[in-house]
Amino acid sequence: MNIHEYQAKQVLKSFGAPVAEGVAITSVDQAEAAARQLPGPLYVVKSQIHAGGRGKGKFKELPADAKGGVRLAFSIEDVVKNAREMLGNTLVTAQTGPAGKQVNRLYIEDGADIDRELYCSLLVDRSTGRVSFVVSTEGGMDIEAVAHDTPEKIVTIDIDPEAGVTTANVAEINTAYGLTGAAAKDGETLFPILYKAFVDKDMSMLEVNPLIVMKDGHLRVLDAKVSFDGNALFRHEDMKALRDETEEDAKEIEASEWDLAYVALDGNIGCMVNGAGLAMATMDIIKLYGAEPANFCDVGGGASKEKVAAAFKIITADPAVKGILVNIFGGIMRCDVIAEGVVAAVKEVGLKVPLVVRLEGTNVVEGKRILNESGLAITAADDLDDAAQKIVAAVG
Amino acid sequence: MSILVDKNTKVIVQGLTGKTGTFHTEQALRYYGTKMVGGVHPAKGGTNWTGSEGETLPIFASVAEAKEATGATASVIYVPPAGAADAIIEAIEAEVPFITCITEGIPVLDMVRVKARLDRSKSRLLGPNCPGILTPEECKIGIMPGSIFKKGNVGIVSRSGTLTYEAVFQTSNEGLGQTTAVGIGGDPVKGTEFIDVLELFLADPETQSIVMIGEIGGGAEEDAAQFLIDEAKKGRSKPMVGFIAGLTAPKGRTMGHAGAVVSGGKGDAESKIAAMQAAGIRVSPSPARLGTTLVEVLKG
Repeated sequence: MNIHEYQAKQVLKSFGAPVAEGVAITSVDQAEAAARQLPGPLYVVKSQIHAGGRGKGKFKELPADAKGGVRLAFSIEDVVKNAREMLGNTLVTAQTGPAGKQVNRLYIEDGADIDRELYCSLLVDRSTGRVSFVVSTEGGMDIEAVAHDTPEKIVTIDIDPEAGVTTANVAEINTAYGLTGAAAKDGETLFPILYKAFVDKDMSMLEVNPLIVMKDGHLRVLDAKVSFDGNALFRHEDMKALRDETEEDAKEIEASEWDLAYVALDGNIGCMVNGAGLAMATMDIIKLYGAEPANFCDVGGGASKEKVAAAFKIITADPAVKGILVNIFGGIMRCDVIAEGVVAAVKEVGLKVPLVVRLEGTNVVEGKRILNESGLAITAADDLDDAAQKIVAAVG
Repeated sequence: MSILVDKNTKVIVQGLTGKTGTFHTEQALRYYGTKMVGGVHPAKGGTNWTGSEGETLPIFASVAEAKEATGATASVIYVPPAGAADAIIEAIEAEVPFITCITEGIPVLDMVRVKARLDRSKSRLLGPNCPGILTPEECKIGIMPGSIFKKGNVGIVSRSGTLTYEAVFQTSNEGLGQTTAVGIGGDPVKGTEFIDVLELFLADPETQSIVMIGEIGGGAEEDAAQFLIDEAKKGRSKPMVGFIAGLTAPKGRTMGHAGAVVSGGKGDAESKIAAMQAAGIRVSPSPARLGTTLVEVLKG
């Protein structure tokens, strides 16, 4: 689960991290009052969407030479003027895709006098099975590009979960950044704070880019991006409340209510599969035969007839879907349950596109019988290759 | 021979009394009499579990007690996500040699805690978020469907449950059969990795070929490929077929498995396929052709 920058900063502030003062607004009317709460005279007006690259992003509705999704403002009037240009418009960044995202919220923040921009993130390093700090002196840039072009400028520091962030770890991070004086002193408190926030709130990613050294020599979290481990949200009701469903795909929200693993994609062949690996492989084989999948959908190992029907309905409700491939290798998942779910869903919402079903494994004979006797126009397939070729041919 | 589990493996179940634990324990008992020897439940120690066909197993209050009383050499965990990490740690502390955790959805930082404990223990952990392990006609731990297996000489290792079944089914249909199939699981932080299983398959005289199924996310397939290259230089190698799921997965999105995500420019399918090919693995473009591709490789 992702949250907005202003929310991430509130979370970090609650742990004692140095962040700028700021106010989130959802309408232009609130802009002046928000700016008046800040010291000025320099302000930053930041679009709050769940995507990176906002500064370099462009608003669809504005001329091409208009400023991006993060702007400096030099007076309260300037804040209001920028808010008027930005709110409600669609920001397209490298991460939003061409459709962009509507900016429904702005964060008005106190400006900072920047001396240096650094990069700092925390994540779980799967090769070591530990939380790692990823630090670089190249702040404010796309870290993937830094990793690609100048990998020597990225330093990774693993944290022993039983010891936490030690003074030796802090010294290592400070050295990697070349921090001295007040900034190094700030680091002694900030880095353990970031680690504590990460662990206490079950984050899967915490990215501060940039972390800045200000002209007064102190550190400040200038931007913050936080994702939470979805598997741990059950123990963080406070973080769950930060979810912004307007940032998510409607089909994905509905799927999550049924506990279905669903990811919307751009193609036209809907897929319903059991198992994440097989679901990915099904997408891949559709592409191998020349078409594009409309979604990833894993109904899981022990789905009920109702859950299968719900998945089927979500897939058929997508207007882009021109054909459906159901691919099941029943282990715990029984083929007869899948067949019953598909038949129930088709009876309720109808079937306007070709449907190819491949069933294998537990109770396969019973599953095939249910489909045959349903009288529905279903094309049976022998294996995954056969199934993919049939649905690609049917969609044309 | 087989790897990790055989007809002598004695298994206790953590989470036996739940619906999932009960169902799969019945299945295991009915699979060539896998030696399921007891269950663990802190509040139900001293009672008995009864299966739908009247099978009974003793329940113990702790893993240590169960191990002591039954001589168990393995444990399988069906405990729900919130308590699964503590269940693994209990098994580690009781020094159970081989622990399999089936549970999906364990918070990753819980697994960080488990991993730290595991690293200074004598136990081996398989999973979590995995289908388990099966040696045909001898021992079934976990949730794999026994009916598709056939005793034979292919070793199978996979990050995905259902793709493991594809590989098993196809190698059975080709008449090759399996020595052991191992599902290492789809989580980012886990116990047993590809390299550990490949080492065992290379060392097992009955395993004559290997199917390895990976997916996007992390670098375990690349590490495994490097391991195979290094071992081949020492004269250890076996014919291998591979598959990587997720060529079409969008960057930055988690595809069902918590570990299946291309992030920070790392973990994409193309680089995994290239690494596996460089290690001499024949990578099948289609998950439907694992069996036939292996037959082609074996013909030379």
